[in-house]
Amino acid sequence: MDTQNDKRDLYTVIDDDNIAWLHFDKQDSSTNVLSASVLEAFYEELLELVERAPRGLVIVSDKPNGFIAGADVREFTRLENHDQALSAIQRGQAVFDRLAALPFPSVALIHGFCLGGGLEMALACRYRVARDDPGTRLGLPEVRLGIHPGFGGSVRLTPLVGALHAMDLMLSGRTVDGRAARRMGFVDHAVPERHLHAAARAMIMDPPFPHRPSKLQALSNHPWVRPLLARVFRHQVSKKAREDHYPAPYALIDVWQEHAGDERAMLHAEAASVADLIVGPTAQNLIRVFLLQETLKALGQKSDFKPAHVHVIGAGIMGGDIAAWCALRGMRVTLADQSPERIAPAVKRAHRLFKRRLKRPRPIQEAMDRLMPDHKGIGVEHADVVIEAIFEDAEAKRSLYQQLEPRMREDAVLATNTSSIPLAELRDVLSKPARLVGIHFFNPVAKMQLVEIVRDDTTDPEVVNRAIRFTRKIDRLPLPVTSTPGFLVNRVLMPYLLEAVELENEGIPAAEIDRQALAFGMPMGPVELADTVGLDICLHVAENLGKHLDTPVPQRLRDLVRQGRLGRKSGEGFYQYKKGKAVKPAPPKGYQPPDSVSDRMILRMLNEVVACLREHVVEEPDHLDGGMVYGTGFAPFRGGPLRYIETVGADTLLQRLGKLEQTLGPRFTPDPGWELVSGFTDEEKTGG
Amino acid sequence: MAAQPNPLATGRPVFVVDGSRSPFLRARGRPGPLHASDLAFQAGRALLYRQPFAPRDLDQVIMGCVMPGPQEVNIARVVALRLGCGDRVPAWTVQRNCASGLQALDCAAQDIAAGRCELVLAGGAEAMSHAPLLFGTAMVNWLSALNGARTTGAKLKAVAAFRPAFLKPVIGLLCGLTDPIVSLNMGQTAEILAHRFNISRERMDAYALRSHQRLDQAQQEGHLEEIEPVYDERGKYYAADDGLRADSSLEKLAKLKPVFDRPFGKVTAGNSAQITDGAAWLVLASEDAVKKHGLPVIGRITDSQWAALDPSQMGLGPVHAMAPILQRNGLNSGDIDNWEINEAFAAQVLACLSAWQDEDYCRQELQLDGAFDPIDEQRLNIDGGGVAIGHPVGASGARIALHALRTLQRTGERRAIASLCIGGGQGGALLLERETA
Repeated sequence: MDTQNDKRDLYTVIDDDNIAWLHFDKQDSSTNVLSASVLEAFYEELLELVERAPRGLVIVSDKPNGFIAGADVREFTRLENHDQALSAIQRGQAVFDRLAALPFPSVALIHGFCLGGGLEMALACRYRVARDDPGTRLGLPEVRLGIHPGFGGSVRLTPLVGALHAMDLMLSGRTVDGRAARRMGFVDHAVPERHLHAAARAMIMDPPFPHRPSKLQALSNHPWVRPLLARVFRHQVSKKAREDHYPAPYALIDVWQEHAGDERAMLHAEAASVADLIVGPTAQNLIRVFLLQETLKALGQKSDFKPAHVHVIGAGIMGGDIAAWCALRGMRVTLADQSPERIAPAVKRAHRLFKRRLKRPRPIQEAMDRLMPDHKGIGVEHADVVIEAIFEDAEAKRSLYQQLEPRMREDAVLATNTSSIPLAELRDVLSKPARLVGIHFFNPVAKMQLVEIVRDDTTDPEVVNRAIRFTRKIDRLPLPVTSTPGFLVNRVLMPYLLEAVELENEGIPAAEIDRQALAFGMPMGPVELADTVGLDICLHVAENLGKHLDTPVPQRLRDLVRQGRLGRKSGEGFYQYKKGKAVKPAPPKGYQPPDSVSDRMILRMLNEVVACLREHVVEEPDHLDGGMVYGTGFAPFRGGPLRYIETVGADTLLQRLGKLEQTLGPRFTPDPGWELVSGFTDEEKTGG
Repeated sequence: MAAQPNPLATGRPVFVVDGSRSPFLRARGRPGPLHASDLAFQAGRALLYRQPFAPRDLDQVIMGCVMPGPQEVNIARVVALRLGCGDRVPAWTVQRNCASGLQALDCAAQDIAAGRCELVLAGGAEAMSHAPLLFGTAMVNWLSALNGARTTGAKLKAVAAFRPAFLKPVIGLLCGLTDPIVSLNMGQTAEILAHRFNISRERMDAYALRSHQRLDQAQQEGHLEEIEPVYDERGKYYAADDGLRADSSLEKLAKLKPVFDRPFGKVTAGNSAQITDGAAWLVLASEDAVKKHGLPVIGRITDSQWAALDPSQMGLGPVHAMAPILQRNGLNSGDIDNWEINEAFAAQVLACLSAWQDEDYCRQELQLDGAFDPIDEQRLNIDGGGVAIGHPVGASGARIALHALRTLQRTGERRAIASLCIGGGQGGALLLERETA
């Protein structure tokens, strides 16, 4: 009745109607991925199927979480050179070509994740049927790893639905649900679970004509149209990513523009292009960042804590947004503050977030229902996690904890969102001091993935694990850090921001400072970032950190705050703001900034990173890179600050730092920690 | 009058352990910020969060509501599911017009007394500002003809049959407040009572003013702690009944024109209950449930009565419902420490007070041997009533029952009556009692 692969990563069952059901079920894994060995097994299976000549083939996944989540990213890091990469990609193309050329109809039966290589496989089938639910996500997110589809995805998707839909999906890397995929045309039916099998069977018993693009969609691939559209695509991509930092989307546009319409040539070009990209520094660094993210995610596995109810105290921007985020992610949330009046604005912001994220009325209502304004604070007694997010005043926090602790459940986590006060100054009012942990969110909560889990030697490790688990439950990225001033992110960001303020004070135009930071690959310039955070908050943090870390606070910052120029929120900081957008005056004609602008900002940041490494602020060096990329947006294509030091060479950077110290003084004095990284040299630079 | 059996006296005792309500929000000429189900949900969510039991432990949810929106047809079930009661807690909606909330309490109490339930969430909600505008029958017929037309010719013909008059909407709220049998709106029934009991415009206005003053006082003294604030998605919150006119005066009230019997009537918007949105809940429990979950008892529901009378005199319903309760329990007016008689109209409450102590009325209409002692107005609607607070028809019954119990708790007194008149010619009443030391 059935044939079985030795490892049983996949197997086929032929039913009474002579339909072959090919099941993917990767062993020892909760997710199907297309490793090289799975691909080979699949190829063998296809060859056998051709012999058996069934009426049709249905490909399904036995994994509850989805169809196939894509290629095995870890294998990408083992590719040694371009030729090896090219042959691996071409092998994948050959397997899917075999699938596409089957003499009988084939259906991909899709539920859950169907991404990258998984969707490319589905596209090589004649038909696709997807489950209609929010959990089904289809997409080609390869650009996020610095490459683009390589197993024929771009070759098959562009003619199927036209270049506009296809390039939108591939250039943005976004995913869509089954219904959206059907609207675009690359899924034939989006049906509820109960009709999935009937739909697949119907496609085979009475095969319809395969999907064709509309005339207008087909026109988008016409040789005369492509150059025009390519320009539009390039322009759109350039708004999101610079070509020198992120070459993949541009390469994809080139492949399509030159070869669309000629399947063989395009397959060839696609493979060559991906082989080029995948061994390049951007892809390798983005893959590294992806794996760092996986590492941080995996930290959540140390506990089986199942938090369901979060009580947040303080309905200000941070507290309110934390509460809203938790409710969005399915937690029951009580949000406490002194009066309904203080909570109401947070309810409004929450509704805006839910509307943007959930779109449909009932899910929005469900999220709103989960978030209970609680000015009497009755949620404390039931909560699994209590998060304090009141103003930064140690005495106020201590007296709050004193009231909270007797009312809290024994096993509940008590967390503070403080960004500056060490746990040691807060916990002695507790009868169980070891239960206090920091769960430090960043603003805006809905955008910033990273959450610092703050602990010290006194903190109960089980509480830390629970805090981490909770952070994962709300789909944020936990980074364990020591309870030292500024923790990691603020501590490293502050010298960088303060140096930008110095530069501005010396007369370098703010816009030029920001431009150079963007050119380095930061997501937002430091001057605009300071304005966005709020200069009063920057000053507060700077003064606080300055006490501990010996960083001078520029007078300029104090002056601006005294004048009430607080940044974006007051309409004026370093920049003026019109309708929430910074007005950036162009520098005078022929203006030549000094060479050291970028170095001064970046090196002060790196110097602090090295200090954090030396002081073991994080558990592992890799966490530093992960934390910096996800917490500060440190140029992801550079793979993190330590990877950057490794790439440029520690000795080179140390020299430049030394020079700056001579001219600008002790704030550039190299940290002793550079010794730890000086083993990193140019030789270890990844090829490309 | 033959005494009816009282299952609440012979069955298992029925305890009220907690309750809450939304603020009552005056309609301002357009749909209010929250639907009936939202108001009920928010008031209920705060109530259930503070219970030692889980929403799933409830045996059923009963809700009074006269006009649920089209998306909340069995509104009790909609709200129960939103409250997290889970799939397995049955929920049903009851409708007895203005006393729907009281009906929900009676149903819950009877089920507990009979041993069918241990723990019931009961109450009511109404968003009167959301009452629909409807198409008239002519418009519906025209639309249906247009829809049924197959050929182009038939369609054109159908279109041509349209008359602008079809567009005149039917105002759902006005229909609801008009008795279809006697063709009188509720305000006109109040005019009839005012005429019958010779109640002057001045007395009505004075009564209305006192309702506002009492609510004002109650708000200042914090006697309305059963209110849970509600929030809308636009960042507004509502923490208090907003129908209160603290600056009201006899002069201002005197200036208002009659709205129901123009131009010679006496019932004005100022001496009638306001059109309002609101919700109220009580948690009712058996003795077993009280012990099992360690619930704090506020009081008991010890008797209930429903009565009916001439629809054009519907405002006297409370008299007909309260009388048997007092009779059955061997009580006179002085035995009741706190009266909540819902204020549909100032004239209607005043008429009830008159009828209650009127020999003729009690003999002829109630078949009693004589009149009751007068009701002490210092013990009646002491924190204001429908005139100031508003009368969301589905919720009012639950509101007055809850407030009567909270008042007993505050004053340390023993017995209260909560009663309403009911459009269509009925009355309902509950006897509420508190154990006193």
